[in-house]
Order: sequence, then C-alpha cells, then structure tokens
Amino acid sequence: MELIDQHTKRIMEGCKERARAAGLSFTDESLEYVVTNRDLLELSPKVMIPTLYDYWVHDVEVLRERGKYELYPGNPYETVINTRPPISFYNDNNPDWLNVMIFYHVLAHIDFFQNNLYFRHTWDYDFTGQALSDKRVIARLRAEKGRWVDYVIEFARSIDNLVDFHGELADLFTPPEAACSSRLNYYFDYFLQSEKKISVSEYIKEVNRYNACLRTYGELGEKTFFVEAELRYPELEAHFTRVHDTRPAKKRDLLHFLLDNSEFLARDENIWMRSILEIVRKTSIFFQPQIRTKILNEGWASYWHEALFLQDDRIRGHEVDFARIHAGVTSMPRVGMNPYALGMRLFGHIEEQADKGRISFDFQRMTDSDSRKHFDSGASAGKEFIFKVRENLCDYLFLKNHLDQDFIDRHKLFVAGKRLDQQRMVWQYYVKSRKAKDYKQMVQDTLYHPPVISVDQTKGIEGSLYLTHKFEGKQLVQEYIANTMVGIEYLWGGPVHLETSEAQIIQTPATAAKTDQPPEGEIAWQRVLYSMNGRVLTKKEL
Amino acid sequence: MRNDQFTYLEELKASGLDPEREARMREELASAGNGHGLPAPGLPPNHELAGFGRGFYDSGDLLVLRQAVEPYSSGAALAKSLDELLERDRQREQDGFPRKIEVGKLVKPGRGRKGKVVVIPTTVEEKFYHDPTVRPPGEGGSSGGTGDEQEGDVIGEQPVRDNGDQAGSGPGEGGGASHETESSAYDLGKILSEKFQLPNLRDKGKKRSFTRFSYELTDKNRGFGQVLDKKATLRKIVETNISLGNLPDVSDIDPTRFLIAPRDKVYRILSREKDYEPQAMLFFLRDYSGSMAGKVTDLVVSQHVLIYSWLLYQYGGQAESRFILHDTEAKEVPDFYSYYNSRVAGGTQVSSAYRLVNEIVERESLAKDYNIYVFQGTDGDDWDESGSAAIPELEKMLVYASRVGVTIAEHGQGPSTTVARYLNSSGLLRKMPELLRMDVIQKDADEQRLIEGIKHLIS
Repeated sequence: MELIDQHTKRIMEGCKERARAAGLSFTDESLEYVVTNRDLLELSPKVMIPTLYDYWVHDVEVLRERGKYELYPGNPYETVINTRPPISFYNDNNPDWLNVMIFYHVLAHIDFFQNNLYFRHTWDYDFTGQALSDKRVIARLRAEKGRWVDYVIEFARSIDNLVDFHGELADLFTPPEAACSSRLNYYFDYFLQSEKKISVSEYIKEVNRYNACLRTYGELGEKTFFVEAELRYPELEAHFTRVHDTRPAKKRDLLHFLLDNSEFLARDENIWMRSILEIVRKTSIFFQPQIRTKILNEGWASYWHEALFLQDDRIRGHEVDFARIHAGVTSMPRVGMNPYALGMRLFGHIEEQADKGRISFDFQRMTDSDSRKHFDSGASAGKEFIFKVRENLCDYLFLKNHLDQDFIDRHKLFVAGKRLDQQRMVWQYYVKSRKAKDYKQMVQDTLYHPPVISVDQTKGIEGSLYLTHKFEGKQLVQEYIANTMVGIEYLWGGPVHLETSEAQIIQTPATAAKTDQPPEGEIAWQRVLYSMNGRVLTKKEL
Repeated sequence: MRNDQFTYLEELKASGLDPEREARMREELASAGNGHGLPAPGLPPNHELAGFGRGFYDSGDLLVLRQAVEPYSSGAALAKSLDELLERDRQREQDGFPRKIEVGKLVKPGRGRKGKVVVIPTTVEEKFYHDPTVRPPGEGGSSGGTGDEQEGDVIGEQPVRDNGDQAGSGPGEGGGASHETESSAYDLGKILSEKFQLPNLRDKGKKRSFTRFSYELTDKNRGFGQVLDKKATLRKIVETNISLGNLPDVSDIDPTRFLIAPRDKVYRILSREKDYEPQAMLFFLRDYSGSMAGKVTDLVVSQHVLIYSWLLYQYGGQAESRFILHDTEAKEVPDFYSYYNSRVAGGTQVSSAYRLVNEIVERESLAKDYNIYVFQGTDGDDWDESGSAAIPELEKMLVYASRVGVTIAEHGQGPSTTVARYLNSSGLLRKMPELLRMDVIQKDADEQRLIEGIKHLIS
C-alpha cells in the first residue's frame, strides 16, 4: 500500500474545503492509500482494517470468497474505515473527475462516522492502533499457547454477534445530571424498596431529608445524609459493599457474561483466554454501528457526492461521465435492494418534506389527499433536518420513521413476491403489495438483526448455563447450533442449554408424495431445548 | 412403454407381491408421466429479475463506486496455504473438535461441460443466526421492486424445470471450457488424495495411449541431430571406406586417411515417443426412478463427483467417463450436468443399466484398452425382486471390469433393500471381493461418511 500522489492529494484537499462549506464536518487529517488486487485480498477478510489480528479462517475466507465469486455475484468491500485519522482506499488508475466523485462520497462517510451517535464509542481512540496492540497480544499468546489460541478465538467469534451493543451505548449517553453515586442509587433504588420494604410516605420523607441535607450542607450533603442513615440501618454499609463487589450480570451480552461469570475462564491456567474474549468483543462492538447504518450511510454519501460534484467547478466537461456512473450506482433496481438508491432518495424525500413543513403534527393529522398534496408551510428546514437524521438515526429508525406512502408512490416502489405456479411449474415474480406498511416490513426483515439470546440465571442448574432465545418469527440456522454450542460449552466449562423455537411444517395428506414438488403445508412453531453436554448435543421439545 | 410397465406390474403381482411393495411400485409408476426434465438454467446476471433477493449488504463501495474489478487470486497461490489448512483440520479432530474445512462442497458443474466445478476448501463461522429461508412451501420470499404494474400483476416468470425446448449448447462453445471442468475436477482429486489418504488403485497393466507423448533421445539419424553417436559413426565410416577401396589392409588401419562423408555421421535425435500409460474408463450409473426423490439422489451424486475427481487425478487426466441413467430403461447422457440434474420419475429396473454398460463395452471393444470401473448409485429398490435379470448381466460385467462399486443409499424403510439382498444372496460379493464392492449408507450420511464409502469401494 502506498499513499496517493501529491496531485491527487491536492484534489482531495480541495474537496474537503468544498464539503466543509456545504456543512459537513470531519477531522482535518485523512490518509488515502492506493491498493492493489493483492492488498485487497488480504484486507477484505480483515474488514479492511490493515492491523486486525491474524486468524486462520481469514485465509479460508479468501479461498471461500474465491469460490463464492464464481457461483454468486457481488461482495461487499468498504472504501473508507472509521479510524483516527480515517483511512480510505483507491485504485491507481481512476481519472481525476472520478476521484472527485469518490472523494466526496468518502468525505460524507467520514462525516457520518464522526457525527452519527451510534458511533459515539469509536470517537475517542484510533481503532487501527488498538487493533495493532491486540494483534500483538494474540501473536504473543500464540507463541506460548499454540493452536489453543485459535480455538479460543473461534469460540469467542462464534458468539460475537451476541454482544449488547445498545447496552454499551446506553452507558455512554447517561446524562451527567442523572449521575449520582452508586451508594445513593443502591440506597434509594434497592435497599429501601426491596430490603426494607418501607412505605411510600417514609420513602418520600427520606427523599426530602436527602434534599434538605444537600441544601444545608452543599457538597457535604450526601455524607451527612448517610451518617444518619447508617445510624438507622447499621447493616447498610455491609450490604452495599457486597452488592457493589458483584457487578450486575450482563444478561444480554453472552461474551461479557462469560468474562464475568465463567469459572473455567477464572482458573489461573485459563486467565489468558480472557484477553482474547475481550479483544473479540471489543472488535465486534466497534463494527456494530457500521452494519446498522448501511442504508443511512450509503444514502448520505450518495446524496452528498451528487450535490457536491455538480457544484464543483474543477470538473466541468465530465457531467455525462459522472451521470453514467452515478446512475449505475444509485438507480432503483427492477427487483432487489440497493442501499445507495434507497438511502439517497429517502434523504431527498425527507429534505423536501421538511422544507415544506410536512414533518409536523399538522400534516400528519391531515387526511384530505388534495390538501396533503399541496401542503407547504414554507418551513425551509430541510437541510437542518437531514443533518439531524444523520446524527440521530440508524437504519431501522430511518426506515421506520420516514418510509411513507408518499415516498413509495413517488418512486413506484412495490414489494415483489415470488411464488410457485404448480400447474405450469414456473416461479412467478409478481407485485405483492404497494402499501408502505408492507414495504417497510419487507425491508426491515432484511436488516441486520442478530438473535436476542439472554442468560437465564434462574434456570441454570448445577453449574450449567441456560440461554433463552427470544423468538421473533424466525428460527435459528439449525445446522450451526451444534458447533456454536460446543464453543460456548468450552468457554463456560460446563453443560449449556439453549431454549429456542423451531418451525414445523404441517403436512397435509400426501397425494403424490414422491415427486419433487414440496408438500402443501403451514408453519407451526414449537419451543425446543437444546442441551450440549460433553460435546454431545441433545434436543427435546418443551 | 407405460402400458408395458403396467403389464409387467400385473405379472409381478400374479407371482406374489406384498401389498406395501406394490403400493410403492404403483407410486413410482404414477410418477413416470412426469418425465426426466432438467432444472431450468438460472437467470443470466443481467436479467432484470436476477436481482431478486439481493440484499442491502451485498454491495460495497469498492465495486459499486470505484469501478474496481473484483480481486482474484490464482489457484496456484493458494495451494500452499491449503496444505496447512488441512493439516490444521486433522489436528482439530485429534483435539476433539469437529472438523471445520469442507472440500468440494460447491461442486456444481454446468451443462454441456461449459460450467465449472469450483473446487475450494470452504468453512463457515458458525454462530446463532436467524434463518430467513423458513417459509411455507411454494413461497419464494420477497424483495423490493420498482415499476408501474398493479398489485397482483406478474412481472416475470422463471421455469422450475427445463422442459428441453432450449436444449443444445450455443455455437462457439469450444473445447476449452470443457477442459476447465476436467482440470478443476482434477484439483479436487488431488485434494482428496492428500486429505483422505485414499489408497491407490491397482495398476491393471500398460495400455496404449494415443494422446500423450514424451520426448527422448532414442532415435538415430544420419547427417544431423543433437548428440553424435561416436561408435555408430565410426562403424559407418569404416563401411564407406571399405566399399571405396580406401582400406586395403584391415590389420593396418590409418584413421588419418579416412574419407568422411557427411551422411556417415550418426546422431541421436530428439524424437516423439508414444507414452504407454494405463487408461481408465468410468461408468457412472444412477437410478433416477421415482423412489430416488430427495436426499438419496444427492448422496449418490455427491459421492460420484468425489470418485470422478479422484480417479481423474489418479490417472493423470487419462480417465474417461460415461454417464448412464436408468429407470426401467437405461440411457446414456453426455455430461455430468445432465447426470446430476435429471429429475427422478418412473419405475426401476437395475438390470437395464447393467445391460447398457455391457453393450457399450462390447460395441466399442473397450475391455481391450481400458481399465473399466463401474460405479452405481441406487436407493436399493428394484422391481426385479430376485435379481434374476440383474445378476447375469452383472456377472458378465465382472469378467472385464476392474472394479464395480455399488452404493446403496437407504431410505431406511426396511431391514434390507432389494438390491442389497440379491447381491448378497448371489454370493458374488464373497466370491470376488477384489472386483465387486457394495456400500450401504443411510439417508443422513455426511461428507465424511461418503469419503469412508469411497475408501471401501476403491480400496
């Protein structure tokens, strides 16, 4: 990998000035590298992070990807990574005008990484540096422990989608004024209510006493308050210390839970495994927002590369070239989903709606279609509004809040279905629905959504781990369950149970059963319990 | 033909037939009308409906925006890491974890040999994922779309099966593509040999080959060549001089007086030699009767792909293969694609396939020049209850064949299948263990089990 030449860098700096003038905001520094075919082969399994730790599956993924190309089209590669400074990757032979378009796209991505609040936890450090140090830790461990390091990486990665990303974010966004000491929280939230079970009037009296203490003694208020409280409840301090020492269990974050509670990992000879789990978890949390903002991020970048390119005075004469490429990237496909196309149009739609003041209670309450059509309060708040969208939403909310019937009608969108015509033995593609509600549902079904699997501490008996899968209309991929549970069993050091739901297709009496035609039937859901004990998987119906 | 089968069934019934078996036969017969169509080819990549099901995460900046070509790595570069991976996988098993690398999982040869056999070790990172494919049968899922049609309008169709109308490959599909299939299968064979340590096949003796040459300095040539043959040259010179009368006294030879003609110089010259290597002819037989629906066909064909590739490797590209399908009648199909994909229907007569192989071998005098291997895949069901037609044909086959391997993929309906029963009672399995092997696998067998089966069939 080498840096782009000075000429191209100058173009990039020009793009930065223009993008800033248009309202985007990002750090000054950025690194642009030219990458070769070979570099890309090495980078892609590492999610484009050059310093990510080595892992043998990365090599196989390369092999697998190669096979995948030959059988299936298309594969994602990102062009810019969310580091400090941000790093982006380029071909060495693109013409200047195309680079201008790509630079604007990249800058909009950087703006998005650095302003969207779902990325908040990535703002305070450089991930490439972090990854490099992690890589060294793993390399050192590998020198000591050999292949067992790779087994632990594998088992940790097999549950790296069960990290509580939103919980992690919630901690970051607790407002400072809501922060009070953990002793105080314990006293009012738990001790008085659950331990002492005092009456509401007494509770309020206690709150008032606390407020009085604060008023009278200022900074010493809390201390004074507790002096009296301890006189009344001498056991308070002991209770508090006991609870405080055991951190609350992270039930929705299996990796975290294992780190805190696995006796196997707490043994002296296995302590080293914890650093691997930490690394895998941290890496997963780092990438979480990226996959949850794909449409938003690509839509935002496409919106801005179009707007900024057309205003750029340096590339006159290439409008037609640009139009061809731009249309290729952002045209709505006849069938299938395109994040660039959908995201860009939705941003355009939102901006227009906000300009006309339609994102308001008044407009939403309006039922007359003619007045809806001509509604324009002249708010001109479009730009401001889309910047808010960019800051606060993820894909799910973006689609949920803004994908409305007007948008569907305007861009002639529909839900395309595929069904079997048994008479003629053809798959038919048809227009299934033009309702915004159905379209929204269809799109949301395709969004990244790992299963919610939480630890149920009330059910695990005799040192076993009991996991409950919250059923959301889809079953788990059955063929992966066994090996995933082998990994969890290893990390937990004891039997593991998983409660989940499975589809059972009810068969109607077969007429000509032994043909290729699938039987008629409907899906019924059955709750089942998988148990992994000594690397043997059993299943029973609940 | 159908009426014949009904008559045959009546005859069988007259000679005693248990009702359950009769029901199975009638079921098969009922499916005979469906025909053995091939599945329809997939939509071409630039077809307007080809994007159906394409999700948001299938496109990335690099390819979409930067107009970059997809990075491509050559097979040769991967060969080294492959060995390491397989070694690692062996180690895994020893450590008590299930193997993770699968070989040849994506084998999907195309039609008319134009397609590719993609040979790669694959692995998956197993996690708890939602499975989006569980839906009522007959539903193909949904995707986004754009256009002017009304709700309920059909925007396109794709046949489930190829009805044969567009059979035949287009012009200009030369031999190059077919070579590619072979060479990929060859790679798979290499990997199999290395990974599974299959034993080598018995060498049946040198056979003439017309396709391969080696270059050796064995021929002599007068006047020019690569290496001067001094002894032969001197002899020629003496001969010439004697005939010229230039050597009056043989007891007193003075080499300085010799006259040397250019043609007297004898050289060794590089020449093309025919290589005599063993050749193999593989017959793949598959039952595609109605009872073969589902997993059993899959098993049989997967095992045959593995055998096919492995033998290609062992015989250094000298293996030729023929594909034969049968229900109550047998027919030969030209390529693996048709072999793999032909739809199951109709009744079962195993003997028909044996007979066809015997006919082909006799007609083309193959036994003289080839090691002949016959691999048969079936679910073990045969209308010929006692094997009275199949066994004689099989015996005829065993005279010339180097190995006949029968794979029976059981549905798990009864204690033993018809084919297994009559093979066992014929005594051939015991009498000629070198020539005839049988492998019975269950419906839920995995890749490892198939490999085990190959070991048994070929060892």
